[in-house]
Amino acid sequence: MSPDVLVIGAGIIGGACAYSLAAAGLSVVVADRAAVASGTTGAGEGNILVSDKMPGPELDLQLRSTELWRQYAEDLAGKTFELEAKGGIAVAMSLGQQEALAELSRKQAAAGVDVHKVAAGDLLKLEPHLVPDVVAGRLYPQDMQVQPMLAAAQLLAAARRHGARLRLATEVLGATVASSRVTGVVTTQGRISAGWVVNAAGPWAQALSQRLGAPVPVSPRRGFILVTEPLPPIIRHKVYSASYVATVASSSAALQTSTVVEGTHSGPVLIGASRERVGYNSTLSVPVLRQLARGATQLFPVLAQVRVIRAYAGFRPYSPDHLPVIGVDPRIDGVVHACGHEGGGIGLAPATGEMVAELLTGGQTHVSAEPFSPARFAGGG
Amino acid sequence: MILATDVCVVGAGPAGLAAAVSAGQAGVTVALVDSAATVGGQYWRHPPSRPWNAVIDRDVHHDVGEFARLSNQAAALAREGALTYLPGQFVWTVSETPEGCRVRAVAEEPIREETVVDARLAILATGAMDRPLPFPGWDLPGVLTVGGLQSLLKGHGVLAGQRILLAGTGPLLLSTAALVLARGGTVAGVIESARPLRWVRHLRALAGVPARVVEGAGYMAALTRHRVTVQTSAMVIAACGGDRVSRVTSARIAQDGRVAPGSQHTHEVSLLAVSYGFTPRLELHAAAGCALARDAKGNVSVEVDDDQFTSCPGVLSAGEPTGIGGASLALVEGQIAGTAAARRLGRSGGQTGELVALKRRRRTLRAFAVAMASVYTIPSVWPEFLTDDTTICRCEEVTYAEIKRALELGASDVRTVKLLSRAGMGWCQGRICGYPVSCLIPGAPGGTADVASLRIPIAAPLPLSVLASAEQPTTPSSHLPRDPPAPRRG
Amino acid sequence: MPTFIFDGRAVPFEHGQSIAAALIGAGVITLRRTRRRNRPRGLFCGIGVCFDCLVCVDGTANRRACLVAAREGMVATMQSGTGLDDLGD
Repeated sequence: MSPDVLVIGAGIIGGACAYSLAAAGLSVVVADRAAVASGTTGAGEGNILVSDKMPGPELDLQLRSTELWRQYAEDLAGKTFELEAKGGIAVAMSLGQQEALAELSRKQAAAGVDVHKVAAGDLLKLEPHLVPDVVAGRLYPQDMQVQPMLAAAQLLAAARRHGARLRLATEVLGATVASSRVTGVVTTQGRISAGWVVNAAGPWAQALSQRLGAPVPVSPRRGFILVTEPLPPIIRHKVYSASYVATVASSSAALQTSTVVEGTHSGPVLIGASRERVGYNSTLSVPVLRQLARGATQLFPVLAQVRVIRAYAGFRPYSPDHLPVIGVDPRIDGVVHACGHEGGGIGLAPATGEMVAELLTGGQTHVSAEPFSPARFAGGG
Repeated sequence: MILATDVCVVGAGPAGLAAAVSAGQAGVTVALVDSAATVGGQYWRHPPSRPWNAVIDRDVHHDVGEFARLSNQAAALAREGALTYLPGQFVWTVSETPEGCRVRAVAEEPIREETVVDARLAILATGAMDRPLPFPGWDLPGVLTVGGLQSLLKGHGVLAGQRILLAGTGPLLLSTAALVLARGGTVAGVIESARPLRWVRHLRALAGVPARVVEGAGYMAALTRHRVTVQTSAMVIAACGGDRVSRVTSARIAQDGRVAPGSQHTHEVSLLAVSYGFTPRLELHAAAGCALARDAKGNVSVEVDDDQFTSCPGVLSAGEPTGIGGASLALVEGQIAGTAAARRLGRSGGQTGELVALKRRRRTLRAFAVAMASVYTIPSVWPEFLTDDTTICRCEEVTYAEIKRALELGASDVRTVKLLSRAGMGWCQGRICGYPVSCLIPGAPGGTADVASLRIPIAAPLPLSVLASAEQPTTPSSHLPRDPPAPRRG
Repeated sequence: MPTFIFDGRAVPFEHGQSIAAALIGAGVITLRRTRRRNRPRGLFCGIGVCFDCLVCVDGTANRRACLVAAREGMVATMQSGTGLDDLGD
């Protein structure tokens, strides 16, 4: 039996695509060479952010996605994946940062983001443990937090309730092609035919896309996260230094760090964020961890004596023009990409899944799909 | 504080002490880093004393002469400046550098700064820890591991007045029971899950290590004298009590591996000590990127070659991490590692004949260890004693029901169970629950522990302010000891 | 005999004993209560790998009682919750 769609990747993007497609009535198989959420999703912090996006197609996609996360929370019992509308606070520590933050938030507001200027004194009321010499801040009530692995697992479970099937430990080795159309894949567990193949392989999307004959230039961008001992809820929002946006938007392969700190439901505080293009090397880099620790204790001096009990690496799927790759590939029939979300995959997943389902059922897309189209990579090859 | 040395030995138990002494005597400089306040590791754990105190209690310890010899030799090396002893240091990571490796450690508390050792080679002799199995009530106060009981007895004095039941599998049960009796405690019973006749299949291996056979007989004699019942083919299936354990239920395991109906028995206790054998401590090996192995029964170890080198060029390992095998094997492996490390650095320590003899002895002792492992296996029936409410992950209080829910959500390996249930995300980072969780995953018969789940990049907690301090530049090669003292013989 | 304080009570110890050992010797088996279910816990592994024996010593929370050597005048308390529930107060 050959499903309408084979989704490759059982992470948050694969899960969201499977859910939207199965709910739309298509027969779906999800395949992953490892386990559920075993890639980037398993290393994700769970960010659903509008605050870190400059106006443009990605922000538009996120605004739609944020709406969908709220809907999913109702449809799928949001507390099973700890969806929390905690809000985000961007903090400026210098005049220069303050100006950059002011300009960014002005543009974001014009593009539909709910953002509030917060004076230094009021910032300390929102976050009492923030370092007192913070200069200015912006509150983004639309920023949310989710537990990404539970979310991916629940989306897949919901997709299965609509008839989707999950095949783990199944790695794609190549595609089967007939009359210039990909008709399925050859895997370590045999052949799977399908009407469409969705590339939701995260930081490995390029290698998979090459096997499908539709290459896209997505590559890994490593990040580390520090995890502290369990703490009482002393940090209420996602808090980041205003330099975060510039770091995300940077095209440099060299190390970029910018501070992100937040509490979690179970107690530990998560500290990020670093970005480096070092291939798939997940070995701990002590100098990078030191920078993350420094940034966190500068923003929150109360954390100085708090102990780190874990650090881990994840690979964000980096796209060279900083836009995800979502859409039907023009070079060979039967392939749809849903990848390249960099650090925004968790937040952008629902709208990505919706867009993929809309494109495959011939419907109108809620958000314009054109800017994300893989056609932009089809030129020079 | 930063120190540069030829060889950094992590762990001062039998393997580490032997490695440090062999390397030092071969003429290289050694840093000996250990978390305890005195040398000896867990095997020779004793109350704190003057540095290099070579006298430990014969009633409690084995190989007391060997300990004295090694301590004296290490002390001599320290006096000559060839060995630097760094006690009370918890290594939180080992990483490769262009010159070799960097070992970073912190004291227990208060942690104000790091101790950093730059070395050409590291020898990881990090020993082992108990491998407990969950059962209802295992998290009650008064339930502890046999290793924990041993450490209380050896390191901290007496447990008189306590009524102690020992259960699980392994030679440690009998030896610890005898120790409790020697220290004035009461042994309520010994419950061993192995079947007594399994030893018959391994007579050849036994013959290689006759001392152990004599020891075993000695323990049985002591227990018989005190009228302590030793049950075999039996297991603890539950512990009960209010705020602490007071009653323990055991049952016999029949030939088919299932609980024999009607065989349940209740014991009144004040302490229950449980052990299902040991598992190596591999946090630092995993952090350094050494290749790890796991056998069909889920026993993990670090892969080493004939000279105790791991797959990481600057890292050797000796003792329990290469495969559980006891102190005698650890001593032999430590000597081989120390000698091989010195040779790698251009110092020919020891005659070739000695190394050959050591390697022959290693073979014999490993055969004995393999035989032991086949006799004292983990009974696979243990998950049947669990109730939905049984704690599986002690740190995060994740119950068996919650683990099952994660499995239903699609978790198919230890890491995904962790991500979906929080089991393994707490303080101990899965050291205790990792193996049991791996046994609970359907399709993983015999509990194959995923090797990837052993990665604990931060092996000891440290405060953010200490982590935030500046990274010291790596000691350049020209500053590492180049002209160590001439080789000396013990 | 030297003593340290645990939850306001003087506990005798021998030189070199850990806090946990001295407490067990004095009949005190419960060292903390857990974060989620407020259940009692005591010493388990005895060698510092299980992190069950967490107590607050001289103002520093989450110290492993099996590793801390008892000292005259030391003040230790049983913990509950995160051990740091008054952090930043």
